[in-house]
Amino acid sequence: MPSRTRAALADLIDRLTRKVKEAVFSVQEYVLLAVSGLKAMATQPRDTREILSQMDSLGVQSLSIVVLTGMFTGMVLALQSAAALDAFGARPYVGRLVCVSMVRELGPVLTALMVTGRVGSGMAAELGSMVVTQQIDALRVLGSDPVRKLVAPRILAGLVMVPLLTVISDTVGIFGGGLISVFSLKLSWAFYWRSVGNALVLNDLVMGLAKPAAFGFILASVGCYMGLGTTGGTRGVGQATTRSVVVGSVLILASDFFMTKFLLLLFPVA
Amino acid sequence: MGEASCGPIVSFRDVTLSFERPILRGVSFDLAPGTTKIVLGGSGSGKTTILRLILGLLRPDSGSVSVEGTDVARSGEEELREVRLKIGMVFQEGALFDSLTVGENVAYRLSEDGKLEPEEIEDRVREMLGFVGLRAFYDRMPSELSGGQRRRVAVARALLARPRIMLYDEPTTGLDPVTSTTITDLIVKVRDLDGVSSIMVTHQLRDAFNIARTFIRREGSAFVPRAIEGLENLEGTEFLMLREGRVQFEGTAHELVTSDLPYIRQFLS
Repeated sequence: MPSRTRAALADLIDRLTRKVKEAVFSVQEYVLLAVSGLKAMATQPRDTREILSQMDSLGVQSLSIVVLTGMFTGMVLALQSAAALDAFGARPYVGRLVCVSMVRELGPVLTALMVTGRVGSGMAAELGSMVVTQQIDALRVLGSDPVRKLVAPRILAGLVMVPLLTVISDTVGIFGGGLISVFSLKLSWAFYWRSVGNALVLNDLVMGLAKPAAFGFILASVGCYMGLGTTGGTRGVGQATTRSVVVGSVLILASDFFMTKFLLLLFPVA
Repeated sequence: MGEASCGPIVSFRDVTLSFERPILRGVSFDLAPGTTKIVLGGSGSGKTTILRLILGLLRPDSGSVSVEGTDVARSGEEELREVRLKIGMVFQEGALFDSLTVGENVAYRLSEDGKLEPEEIEDRVREMLGFVGLRAFYDRMPSELSGGQRRRVAVARALLARPRIMLYDEPTTGLDPVTSTTITDLIVKVRDLDGVSSIMVTHQLRDAFNIARTFIRREGSAFVPRAIEGLENLEGTEFLMLREGRVQFEGTAHELVTSDLPYIRQFLS
């Protein structure tokens, strides 16, 4: 092999090794931060004011986009499923399909993705700005632990508020599906809701609440990790914000697959 | 701690630190109680790193950094928290918390401690804001302050817990001469009235010499800053010059201006 090719190959291997090491190091750092955040969340002292403020920012202020997303998703779902079910003369099953799809999959995933875009990015930007303006250093110098002060309240807010938002999104989505069923598909209101009620079983609720809690944890911890790892001034804040949305969204979708697989094993569909 | 009280309050011994390039190479110096050390040097010479090492925000690759006898390079977070309680730090741009008012920023450490009643904390905060000339700014947000005001609030925040050591990171960089003098007078006031030991990192020579030659004198019931002519008999302030992570010079203001070292001549010119 010519020496120039050998040198290029060695350089490529060297760069790949460095990238893999950096990736492993990032995963290790993320896990350490997430575990410290959970530990701080579970122990005293807790900053009640900051927890309430994060719950407001993550939950209450995300309400409008979650309601809109849920409503339109439920409506589209009803239209699309009716088109498919009509081929089998199964239009009356629209309610069942909308309900199961919303509660098991679309409600949790779409809510988490919307909140990641709105709040996860905000967390990364806020903490990133605090890093570049040395406010995180100032916190440590003044005797505070940034993980307890900043990360724990955000993770707690994610764990509590994303499931609540998901329940709202599911409800609004099913309601939207009902509107389409009545006004466009000519099904009766009572029939639609009976169909919804028959479709829902306890396993759906377990799946519909376990997933959003996990997604809430992921979006908050990824937002905090990206924010606290900001380097390179204001440009770095922008990059951290983008990374938090991309990584958070991919992790939510990937974990959705694995959680679904796991939950279906635990609670098989009859 | 008895031994520590008569020895240096801060001590660096052969400290080295590298990231992608060497930052500090074998730095050693002492800060005696009640004195001021002014660290000079060009950008990237390792000045701010010295302050971060004292606070335990960075750990050296080798050597020791001790604060009142505690080796911060080998201390855990709990020990570091104790050490940090003795230190007040003024960051370059103030590093005030954006979401808190000026009063809440200054009160931060005492509020977090939770040992004092809110009314007592407020009294102390107002008194401290009066000390830095910003009593009327208690309810303002940091975004409403000028650069100089932000740094004065940062001084007030650092002083409220009555630290034994003050660290200043380029406190006058980017400020106009009049505002810079306000800040340097404040640093002198802290040094002379409270007897606090301090390390100031700067590359503003004018401000560094202002601090070395200014003293607070009592005139009637007021304390006013007065500058001494000449640099021969100045006590209590020493200069440390860094160049590419090494100590290039350590001595008094007079020794600095009379040094024959080419780098120092160039730096002072």
